[in-house]
Amino acid sequence: MSEDNLTKPAGSRSKGSVPESAQRILELADDELILGWRNSEWTGIAPFLEEDVAFSSIAQTEIGHARAWYELAAKELGTDADALAFDRDSDDYRCAPFVELRLVPDWAQTIARHWLYETADAIRIKALKASDDPDVAGLAGKIDREEAYHRIHADMWADRLREERRFTEALDSLWPYALGLLDKEQRDRLSEATGREQVEAVERRGHTGELRPLWEEMTMVRRSIPGAAW
Amino acid sequence: MIWEVFRQEREGQPFQHGGSLEAPNLAFAETYAREFYGRRDESFALWIVPREAVEEVRDPYVADVFDRDYRRVDGYSLKVKLKEARELAAKNAPHFPREESSAISDLESA
Repeated sequence: MSEDNLTKPAGSRSKGSVPESAQRILELADDELILGWRNSEWTGIAPFLEEDVAFSSIAQTEIGHARAWYELAAKELGTDADALAFDRDSDDYRCAPFVELRLVPDWAQTIARHWLYETADAIRIKALKASDDPDVAGLAGKIDREEAYHRIHADMWADRLREERRFTEALDSLWPYALGLLDKEQRDRLSEATGREQVEAVERRGHTGELRPLWEEMTMVRRSIPGAAW
Repeated sequence: MIWEVFRQEREGQPFQHGGSLEAPNLAFAETYAREFYGRRDESFALWIVPREAVEEVRDPYVADVFDRDYRRVDGYSLKVKLKEARELAAKNAPHFPREESSAISDLESA
């Protein structure tokens, strides 16, 4: 099927028309969806069976969290989670470049991102739990209970690979990206948690060239059959 | 390294073998065990044991060559013994009608 035959996403909207509060929720949702998608690329090819099951499960819960955030944003925007996840143009996604990077088949980089992401996400979720919006605070609390397992998993790997050159090099190269995940005022806490100096962050505006191919694959069914559900 | 995982479904219940997994150390074993046996809230507690720590005993029977089935927890059946006793009584005292061998009848109705 050629791209021309695919319908224009029904729910696509320009950034300007989305209120700031929904925009912030979409950042979270898009981060979780795209990272969940990237992590799921390891399903079937993770280094060993036990890890394959565990990492796939983590990918699945990230996507579940994305769904929950999309549902919250959808209430405000008068649409639904699937439309937000799949019917926007790739340029309208609000995810950080950090989660877009395709790291398969490099396990050291994958674990470096996983650990940096979970460490940053813990800081972000903690702040969200204190949100004035009870829906946001409530959902952050629920998500945090599942994220606790992700942190156990990420910390165990980081501890195991701490001395590995490939892992520390991966941390070095991904660090500016990881900083871009958080608001500026939260970045000191990430520095503290990871023992790393602040550097210039790869910010959330704009996308890497790696998002588009992911988006093509991820939205293929919805673009072929508008409103497709399964 | 192979780890055996035992799970307790509810508090107070006996632990039962859930399965085994491979992990390089206890931290990994625990993380994977949580994923495999705890993700769906199906376990109250887990025991994670290195396989080498488990001593397997094959053919653990203590020879039981004499008839001491009364030592078994399920006791022993009277049925066969009664039949033998009845046959023996009939053989040794053929002139008594069966109804009159009261000792055995009493046992039987007990």
